[in-house]
Amino acid sequence: MKRVFPILAVLTAALLSYALYGALVAAPTEQTMGDVQRIFYYHVPSAWTAFILFFINFFASVAYLIWRNTKADIVALVTAEVGVIFCTVVLVTGPIWARPVWGIWWTWDLRLTLTLVLWLIYVSYLVLRRFSSSGQTPLLAAVLAVFGALDVPLVYFSIWFFRTQHPQPVVGGGGSIDPRMLHVLLINWAAFSCFAALVCWSRYRLEVLRREVDETLALEALLEPRSSQSRISQTGSAG
Amino acid sequence: MSYLYAAYVATWAIHIAYLGTLLRRYSRLRSEIEELKSRIKD
Repeated sequence: MKRVFPILAVLTAALLSYALYGALVAAPTEQTMGDVQRIFYYHVPSAWTAFILFFINFFASVAYLIWRNTKADIVALVTAEVGVIFCTVVLVTGPIWARPVWGIWWTWDLRLTLTLVLWLIYVSYLVLRRFSSSGQTPLLAAVLAVFGALDVPLVYFSIWFFRTQHPQPVVGGGGSIDPRMLHVLLINWAAFSCFAALVCWSRYRLEVLRREVDETLALEALLEPRSSQSRISQTGSAG
Repeated sequence: MSYLYAAYVATWAIHIAYLGTLLRRYSRLRSEIEELKSRIKD
């Protein structure tokens, strides 16, 4: 596995570079918005990747609630953390696009507000995992994740069912998109998905290692008083 | 054009900052492991 990782990392870097070239050069310029529309090639794939990661987090949390599986718990933690990073990208690139197009950085539109709520839910999840030392933390976090995941379809379908300021979906929503733009969009999504998978993999290995170290430290702390006690009793019997 | 570059730079700044925290956590864990190994040897 250690040999596969660098190869995949190089392939992902190549794919990301190709996707960047596509977004900045190969994709045609949109007629009304101009070059600022190219933000779409980073904004939309980041949102889709975040949604997928939050869905994996949901399934891993359900698996943990049913089987109390440690691996499922780690997968839930990792996908929530990387999902928050991608959701942050969405919340940063969105206003940068909105400023020149709408004339404002932010509006309390349903799609935007629900995305912010989604981000806050998963940040709360990470804060709970980081600062709670209770043995029940993974259980509480899994319950929070199950309820938090309910916001994902709300965010996704908010522009389908409600009148919002956010642009309507151009893929699968009856909208039209230039095939070259769609191609660049899908390449960027593939590139960011591969990147997210690699980051999740690294974070998973880091978490496994951290838990092993914590377990060893706990074991050492348990054994240390006993070994010192046996030394004292040996000294006592010798005296 | 500046908004476009700002968005792309912000995206990569976020990702690189996160990768940086992962590297920092990894190096901290490595030093903990080394410390643990030396304690076990003693």
